[in-house]
Amino acid sequence: MALLRKFHQLAEAQKALGEGGGDPFKVVVERVISPTEAVVNGRRTILAGTNNYLGLTFDPQCIEAALTAVREQGTGTTGSRMANGTFAGHMALERELADFFGRKSAVVFSTGYLANLGILSALTGPGDVILLDADCHASIYDGCRLSGAEVIRFRHNDVGDLDKRLRRLGDQTSKSLIIIEGIYSMLGDRAPVAEISALKREYGFYLLLDEAHSLGVLGKRGRGLAEEAGVEQRVDFIVGTFSKSLGGTGGFCVSNHPELELTRYISRPYIFTASPSPSVVASTRTALKILQERPDLRSRLWANAHRLYEQLQGIGLKLGPEVSPIVAARLSSKEEAIAFWMGLLECGVYVNLILPPAAPNGDSMLRCSVSGAHTTKQVDQICEAFSSVSGSVFTSREA
Amino acid sequence: MPGYEDTLAGLYEVLKPYAGDGQVLHEETELVADLGLDSMKSMQLLLEAEDRFDISIPLNILPEVRTVRDLAGQIHHLTIPR
Repeated sequence: MALLRKFHQLAEAQKALGEGGGDPFKVVVERVISPTEAVVNGRRTILAGTNNYLGLTFDPQCIEAALTAVREQGTGTTGSRMANGTFAGHMALERELADFFGRKSAVVFSTGYLANLGILSALTGPGDVILLDADCHASIYDGCRLSGAEVIRFRHNDVGDLDKRLRRLGDQTSKSLIIIEGIYSMLGDRAPVAEISALKREYGFYLLLDEAHSLGVLGKRGRGLAEEAGVEQRVDFIVGTFSKSLGGTGGFCVSNHPELELTRYISRPYIFTASPSPSVVASTRTALKILQERPDLRSRLWANAHRLYEQLQGIGLKLGPEVSPIVAARLSSKEEAIAFWMGLLECGVYVNLILPPAAPNGDSMLRCSVSGAHTTKQVDQICEAFSSVSGSVFTSREA
Repeated sequence: MPGYEDTLAGLYEVLKPYAGDGQVLHEETELVADLGLDSMKSMQLLLEAEDRFDISIPLNILPEVRTVRDLAGQIHHLTIPR
């Protein structure tokens, strides 16, 4: 009995969520129609919380590549690369990723979450120090725990706070790894990578940049924030995912450090899990090619991001600090966020509901992610839904 | 270098806003059970303690901290030059 006692509080919290008219975390997407539409609760719904930045999940070339791979290589690898062997597709994807980023090597993982667990636990260990931005993703926190290194947080995007903490470390900075993100997943803001990477000269640390939300989104060639800021050579390791702009599943790390190749022998999240399936590898390779050949997808994404951000700002919503494909509206309470989220769903718009402690500063938020595949009309419909629901939710707040 | 008692006195200052009306802080006060610190408040408390003592508190110590004494001990240890 004692073992399961800790679930009582959780069960109460879950029950309370349901009392508001339905548990938001039990909503089922009944049928996906396109990268931007699905049927939810029997209603045709605009998907505005997918991370599907380039809208490639239904790209005909990606689908064809996946189908061919399934027919030729089967549905799965049924084991790890160390035990069952590396498929030619794994090698090809790694080579293509390394070439795309202009790096010597790449290692592919089965999910983006595992990429952070696998790389952080391999690069650092007891006696090393990790300094991570406070708003880093849960996979980074979990990777830090798995590493056994000393873990220190610095205030979100605060270069002065990081500098202060580096100074406190003294000569330990040479065995330190700093972790930041290209675009932070909650508020959609960028890391000050130029300023942070400039500190390397003084302190001699290693820098890891997670481009999960910025791959295909930032930079002239879509390589992410480091490219946009012109500091790629100062970033030691870039981690990313296939599950956002590339429309698949999986993760990766690229680097010029030859030690990256050696992580394959010590990274448990790389070794002890099934390798990416052939269809996922095939669609990801095709998506990576399209990302490079179709800069117009990125232009459309940004046009939509500006349109959504500016219209929601016009309604008076409290948004993240800068325009980004992640547009987060911060609300005053959990109850208000749930009511707003349900109202949007009734209007046929699906966004992400973020409740404490998932969001920074204990906020409750509605997070939209824009896609280059959204039409202008769809973006306007999303804004109209926000406008309509905000009227009723905020009126009841004042009442 | 401040002694443990100085650290404890400084920590009480940091903890004061987290205590309820009339709640008296002592070394055995539990941060979660008595002060009701959830994960968000705990992180905020750490940032304030870091500023107060000019140290960086590694997240690794958290599983070992239950009471005010535990936290004061960890902070005191971190203020000793390494």
